[in-house]
Amino acid sequence: MSLAKPAMRGLLGKRLRFHLPIAFALSLVAAAAFKYGVTEPRKQAYADFYKQYDATKEFNNMRDAGVFESVRPTGE
Amino acid sequence: MLFSFRMLATRALSLVGKRAISTSICLRGGHGVAKVDDYALPAYFDRRENPLPDVQFVTELSAVQKSLKEKEKGSWATLSNEEKIALYRISFKQSFAEMNEGTKEWKSVIAGMFFFIGMTGLVVLWQRKFVYGPVPPTFESEWKEKEVQRMLDMRINPVEGFSAKWDYENKEWKK
Repeated sequence: MSLAKPAMRGLLGKRLRFHLPIAFALSLVAAAAFKYGVTEPRKQAYADFYKQYDATKEFNNMRDAGVFESVRPTGE
Repeated sequence: MLFSFRMLATRALSLVGKRAISTSICLRGGHGVAKVDDYALPAYFDRRENPLPDVQFVTELSAVQKSLKEKEKGSWATLSNEEKIALYRISFKQSFAEMNEGTKEWKSVIAGMFFFIGMTGLVVLWQRKFVYGPVPPTFESEWKEKEVQRMLDMRINPVEGFSAKWDYENKEWKK
């Protein structure tokens, strides 16, 4: 009936040596995934939107739809 | 000689782990010692965070156990494995493995959760029917249609959100 003596010391160090690299790696992966999955597409979407954006045309469309209080639709 | 009476009681306690001492009145000085109740004495309990309880588990040793305890005073190499286990069981009720094993309590917990969630659901349904008044007019479909049209006119979230999904040329939702 002789069991091996269990590990008495270095438990926290062992745990950290195992878990910290994994934690760092996963965090980096999460950051990279968010950057290339969310922020880059969003920046591209905004760039594309404003490349073809005609502010005056949009303003006139909105004005004719009647959403402004400062200007009435053309022809009123 | 002066503290012999008090000492005797506690010595007896630590030796045998005796829990029940009924009234012991010390007649020195003409006043009595208070009766010691069970709950006031050191107790045995199996807890992971308290690995060595104040008293051993078995209070009244049988003859076999007494002789085993005498043998324990000698060299431990002479003890067989069964004797070592018997000595362990004298001192402790459950091993760490036994005291740490899980119960089946979680099933009752889940069952209770579902039951009470169900009861809450019934209460909510009853409330909808008998307590709450009618919903505001802003929820009617004609109102909602005008609301959506106004949001599109205002170009709400035109880049990635609401109005970005509307095709202004063809006046329909984008495919």
